[in-house]
Amino acid sequence: MTAPQYEGPAVNTVALRKAFGPLVAVDGLDLTIPRGQVFGLLGPNGSGKTTTIRMLCGLMAPTSGHASVVGHDIVAEAELIRKKIGYMSQRYGLYDDLTVDENVRFYGTVYGLHGRARRERIEEHLHELGFTERRDQLAGTLSGGWKQRLALACATAHRPEMLFLDEPTAGVDPAARRRFWETIYELAQKGTTILVTTHYMDEAQRCQRLAFLSRGHLIGVGTPDEITKQFDQPTIEEVFIALQKQDEARV
Amino acid sequence: MSLLRRFTEARFWPMLWKEFIQMRRDRLTLGMMTMLPAVQLMLFGYAIQTDVRHLPTVVLDESRSEESRLLAQTLANTDVFRLVGTVADAAGVKEAIESGQAGAALVIPPDYHRRIARGEPATAQIIVDAADPQTSGAALSGAQLAAQARGIEITTARLGGRAPVLPVDLRVRPWYNPAQRSAIFIVPGVIGVLLTITMTLITSTAIVRERERGTLEQLIVTPIDKTSLMLGKLVPFVLVGYVQMTVVMGLGRLIFDIPIRGSLPLLYLLTSAFIVASLGVGLLISTVARSQAQAMQLSFFFMLPNILLSGYIFPRAAMPEPAQWIGALLPLTFFLKILRGILLKGIGFEHLWKEALILVAFSAVLVTISVRRFSKTIE
Repeated sequence: MTAPQYEGPAVNTVALRKAFGPLVAVDGLDLTIPRGQVFGLLGPNGSGKTTTIRMLCGLMAPTSGHASVVGHDIVAEAELIRKKIGYMSQRYGLYDDLTVDENVRFYGTVYGLHGRARRERIEEHLHELGFTERRDQLAGTLSGGWKQRLALACATAHRPEMLFLDEPTAGVDPAARRRFWETIYELAQKGTTILVTTHYMDEAQRCQRLAFLSRGHLIGVGTPDEITKQFDQPTIEEVFIALQKQDEARV
Repeated sequence: MSLLRRFTEARFWPMLWKEFIQMRRDRLTLGMMTMLPAVQLMLFGYAIQTDVRHLPTVVLDESRSEESRLLAQTLANTDVFRLVGTVADAAGVKEAIESGQAGAALVIPPDYHRRIARGEPATAQIIVDAADPQTSGAALSGAQLAAQARGIEITTARLGGRAPVLPVDLRVRPWYNPAQRSAIFIVPGVIGVLLTITMTLITSTAIVRERERGTLEQLIVTPIDKTSLMLGKLVPFVLVGYVQMTVVMGLGRLIFDIPIRGSLPLLYLLTSAFIVASLGVGLLISTVARSQAQAMQLSFFFMLPNILLSGYIFPRAAMPEPAQWIGALLPLTFFLKILRGILLKGIGFEHLWKEALILVAFSAVLVTISVRRFSKTIE
């Protein structure tokens, strides 16, 4: 892994806001994510997690405010950001009618890999992720856990500096989830910054830092321990439930 | 960066590669795209026969004479009528037509042969099931033809074998399609209809499928630019369209003897303007439809006026004005003129530049609107 040239935070947002008509999905978000961390974004459904990720990936333009990803402005330098990040959505974005190998090759080529470098990288990557025996299987015939793994393979073949994972483990069995997280840690150890949203509290516990969103507002940032202290709850799960109750009380 | 390198690194190529693999694996769509030319050709080439022939006809012959039998025979010789039997009375005529046994009846009155013998004008009747106006039109011209033929024969006999000189002889010379076969008119149009189906229905569902499965969103996050994305998605279907067109022309020549009188390069060139315009429609549909089913419905909705009002089957000159106006909004209307002009008449660009220009204008407008809308949907 080549060392990133830019040494500032992986993500930095200032008063980031996104409104869909009268509905404000994200409001006044100030968030800093240091490099090389596994950073968890938590919050109930509709709290603005996915909208935040979509803005940072350049899928959506912010209504107002600023943000930079790996040192580039998300509006002015979206093209530069795209080359340096990987994104895995809840829907995986796989081509069911392409094989494992073809999916990785397609996305790798789109990210600019070609020739011998591409061949070698894909070979190594499929091997690392345990796809050697399944490389010619159609993606549509894979089980949920393997599909998720393949989506991760497609998002990381080009060795991105930063990886966005939007609820990557929804609907996957516990063993596959554990393996997935092991891979995430390996990536982080190699220097990749990872932003992940999740509803699983055991996964939240594994993150180095967490941010809690509620109704589009950032209401807490810190290590899992700091978060539980801040909200005076025994576990992250209790924090989550308490927040949801607050939310419901307001509605 | 060298030009070659830039070309091989263009993000358009992986799109193209992926699209062809998917095309190969999607058996249903592949089958549809390869079978459609043959099926459409057979369906429209054979089934659509606007020229009525061999209309089953019964005869009510009350004259029962040599003359009346000659009249029936002359009628059968026109090919419009086919004699299927005789009936005894008026009730028999009614029964034959109502039951569907016959579509027409020749009624010859008892005094038919006597009037001819006396040199008086003789009359006979043809009753037609005219629920279908095309049938009655054909019967009318067939009956006139038979009466004229019989009349000349009788007059010739009276004049002692000398053929009569008709004061006015107005003859019709059917150019380009002398045998007046419907297939000659219809088959070139099949190319236009096929291309419309491929460019609108198949293309729009292919794009909507990417959106439904979340792969479009995934692609937008990658460094692929919008132009490569769209071109990579559309170019394979353009190739498919040209293959379909070539197949229809080849089969049309083999099976229906469809001529290719004009310049093929000109036809392929002008076809590109039609393809781009139709792709514009397909792309537009993909931006409106939320699901593949909706894309399909919208495409069918678009196909209907194309088949009915473009002049594909029914001549536009015969349509009421509002229908002609709608027809003038369809690219297919102008492409049909180009197709028939080049294939059947063998005319060149000097007679087709207007249609070509209109197609280019359609392309410019449709592509501008649809690309703008498409860009918005992927932001």
